[in-house]
Parts: sequence; structure tokens; C-alpha cells
Amino acid sequence: MAAGVAAEVAAAFRREWGSVVATLIRMTGDWDLAEECAQEAFAAALERWPRDGVPRRPGAWLTTTARNRALDRLRRMANEAAKLQEVAMLAYPDEPTGFPDERLRLIFTCCHPALPMEARVALTLRTLAGLTTGEIGRAFLVPEATMAKRLVRAKQKIRNAGIPYRVPPDHLLPERVPSVLAVLYLLFNEGYAASGGADLVRSALCAEAIRLARWLVGMMPDEPEAVGLLALMLLHDARRATRVDAAGDLVTLADQDRSRWDRALVDEGVALLESALRRGQPGPYQIQAAVAACHATARTAEETDWTEIAGLYGLLRQYLPSPVVELNRAVAVAEADGPAAGLALVEAVAESLRGYHLLPATRADLLRRLGRESEAEAAYVEALSLAPTEAERRYLAGRLRQVGGSRTSRAAS
Amino acid sequence: MRYMMLVTADESVELGEEAGNAVTEAAIKWVAEMDGRGVRVQGNRLRATSDATTVRVRDGEVLLLDGPFAETKEQIAGYDIIECADLDEAIEVASKHPVAKYGAIEVRPFWD
Repeated sequence: MAAGVAAEVAAAFRREWGSVVATLIRMTGDWDLAEECAQEAFAAALERWPRDGVPRRPGAWLTTTARNRALDRLRRMANEAAKLQEVAMLAYPDEPTGFPDERLRLIFTCCHPALPMEARVALTLRTLAGLTTGEIGRAFLVPEATMAKRLVRAKQKIRNAGIPYRVPPDHLLPERVPSVLAVLYLLFNEGYAASGGADLVRSALCAEAIRLARWLVGMMPDEPEAVGLLALMLLHDARRATRVDAAGDLVTLADQDRSRWDRALVDEGVALLESALRRGQPGPYQIQAAVAACHATARTAEETDWTEIAGLYGLLRQYLPSPVVELNRAVAVAEADGPAAGLALVEAVAESLRGYHLLPATRADLLRRLGRESEAEAAYVEALSLAPTEAERRYLAGRLRQVGGSRTSRAAS
Repeated sequence: MRYMMLVTADESVELGEEAGNAVTEAAIKWVAEMDGRGVRVQGNRLRATSDATTVRVRDGEVLLLDGPFAETKEQIAGYDIIECADLDEAIEVASKHPVAKYGAIEVRPFWD
């Protein structure tokens, strides 16, 4: 019984935390007070729900409880500022109206472009998703104290610089929506880059990013880029189980076991992408999702439509003129038109990607396929020295042994 | 909320007469618009940093330096004090300032 109620409180936490905090921030204008009172409301639920039963509308119960805690605190402070806050709070209706979703205000404020990117991500995870400061710190590989300072500074800037707590008016949406999407995509990528079971907190970021993106799409169904982002995440996530082998080593796209890709996620991603594209307002997320869809729907690696993918990267370049996009295009061109054509494109961006491990890794691969083995070997060595994760280093070391090995055996024969 | 707009630009870049006049004209329009909206409290242009004197007191001694406090490419060329509803309005006001197109504008909230 008690365990059942605890599970209900945990479920309510995942479902309602963001709404309770968002509503309390709106009522009190005080981010710290809102968080503390939301926390107290969930603690009260753990204590009372087993005794009194789970309320019919847990969200409303939690919000009212948090609100009453806030009023208590303001009354106890009994100074002028607190009195003003209390009066302002009493002007709000007791029950949350539920519409418009208070969390939308929260996410736009957390993702305000006047805040540094890392603060946007941390604030979104703390206030909207309810992760603890320690969990966020672990997810981003910084000490908890550093993360706590980052959150304090961000909240200070919101207050001191007058960042408004609202959904931006229509004319500002085109510049503000991309910032929200960028935060969600960064969250997803942080989780995706984590190596499977080794770090559960980090991989949980993927699920959190998808959950937030699903909710955002529900809120803003007319934003094709939001839909495109959700499609992109789902199409990547479908391949999650096959990206790393049992030993924790990276498996390249070509070698992944396609029968283990999550068909339901692929189908959902493709359907979402198609619905977004029908609106005729393409953007970087829809294009990247289209690339992911090309991969996810190819029955075998050989059947991949590389000409289409090369074309999509060419299109993406117009939205994201970055050498990394060009490097991806080079890989696609190498598959479509041969390694020599790809290598020419790689050399063209070599200067601007100095120090980025995927540049020598890509060069090495193309040189190997062209039979230029000593150059390939040198490039693998360079890539190995730059690769940021253990899994990538193991993969590159394996490739290096192959190239070095074939060279030695040929020299011997 | 009250914000200080520090209008900064690279002093060494000569705009040329025509472009310079265009900026002046646009600045006059901007001032008129923001005064009309009741946003701009006060503001002015500053003389070049070659006319600046930097003052420090160390060990009770007044130390003077000819020039600005920091040797950076972008220097404060003027300021405006603006009264806005929130940062979004301050950003909108700053982004309409003609110098934003080639210099940079720092928007800082007042202490209180």
C-alpha cells in the first residue's frame, strides 16, 4: 500500500513538478521560494497521501499546498516586501486554471537568449524537469557546487536584468523558439553521447529531452521545427541499443544490427517528419531529421540513399553554414560518388576544423579506402590523439591496427 | 526597470562623411522615437578616448593616465539611460540604435 502511494507521488512528481514550480513562480515572482515550496508540497504528499488517500486531482492539490506554504513563509517574514508579495499572491485564483500551460512561460524564460547556454540547460532541467542540482552536475560532469553556483547566477540575472516571465509575443517567437529547441537538442545530445549503462544519469537526459519535446510539440503544434526536432530525437533514439556493443565499443552505422532498431520509434519519427514537411517551412531540425530518416528506413547499409543524404546536407548548409555540416556532406558524397570526391571536400574544410577529432578520423577512413595506407595510418594516429571518449579511442585504435597490420603484412610478403 | 545603454564602437574605424551623416541622422530619429515613447530618460555622446583621463588613487597618490581605462578596440562612444518594462523591451530599444549595426551596445540594469 505505502509503496503504491510512494510510486504515485513519484509519478506525480514527474508529471506535475514543472507545473507546480511554474505556477508558483508566476504567483510569487520568486524562483527560490517557488522551488522550495514545490519541494515541501511533494514532501507533504509523501506524508499525507498514504494516510488520506491520493487526491482526485494531484496536480491541483500539490499547487494549492505549495501556494499555502509560500503564503505562510511570506507572513512569517512580515516585512514590507513580503507583504506586497502576499497581496499579489492572494490576487491569483486558488486553483490553477491549467490553461495556458504555465510551463510554457517557464521554458521560454529558462531559455532566454540573454542567459548563457549552459545556464539555460541547467535551469530547464532544475525547474521544469525537477532534476536535483547534484544530478544535473553529474550529467554535465561538473561538481555539484559549480552547478549550484551556475543556477544561482542564472536566477540572479533573471531577477536583476528584468528577464520577463512570459511566453514571448508572436513577433518575438521566430527568434525565441530556436533557443528553446537548441536547449532541448543539447540535452538530448549530452545523453546520447553518454555510453549506455555506464552512466544512467547522462543517458536519462535523452528520455527527459524527448519528454519535454513531446510536450512542447503538444503546446506549439504549428511550429514545424519543434516537430522536426522531436522526429530527429526519436529517429536517433530508435538506434540507441545498437550504437555500442556488449564490450561498450562504438558500432558504426553500417555495422549496427538493424533488426534491433526500434521500429515503432522510427515509424513515429517518420510520420512526424512528414507532417512537419507538409507545412512547407523547412528548417535545420527537419532537414537533420530527414537525414536520420534516410538511415533509419534503409533496410541495409548498402541500400542507404547517399545521394539524397548528400543533397540534404547541401541544403542544411544554407541554414547552418558550419564546417561540421560540410564534413558530414563529405562523408555522404564519398558514399555516393566515391572516396576521392569525399576526400576533396574534407581537405577543403581541414583548416577550419583543426583539432576536431572527426576530421582526421574521416580523412583516415577515406585514405584507407583509396589504398593510401601510410597517410591513413598517420591520420588515425592524429585522430586517436584528439578523440574525447574512451569508446572512440578504442574504435580508432582498432582501425589503426588494421591499417598498420595490412601494411606490415604486405611489406613482409 | 532602468537600464544603462553603453554605446560602444571601434574608434579607429572612419565611417566616412556620408555614412557618418547617415548614422547621425538615424541617431536623431532614434532619440525622437524613444523620447516620444517615454523610454529614454537621458543620454549623450562622449568625446573620443583621446580626450579621456583615467584617474586612480594608489597609496594615497592620485595617478593619472591619458586615455581610457581599458585599451580595447571597442570604446564607449555614448550612453543612454532608458526606462523599460523588462529586458525584452530594453533589447528591442537597443537593437534599433544605429550604432548596433556596426558597434555593440551593452545593456546593464541599474543597481536599484
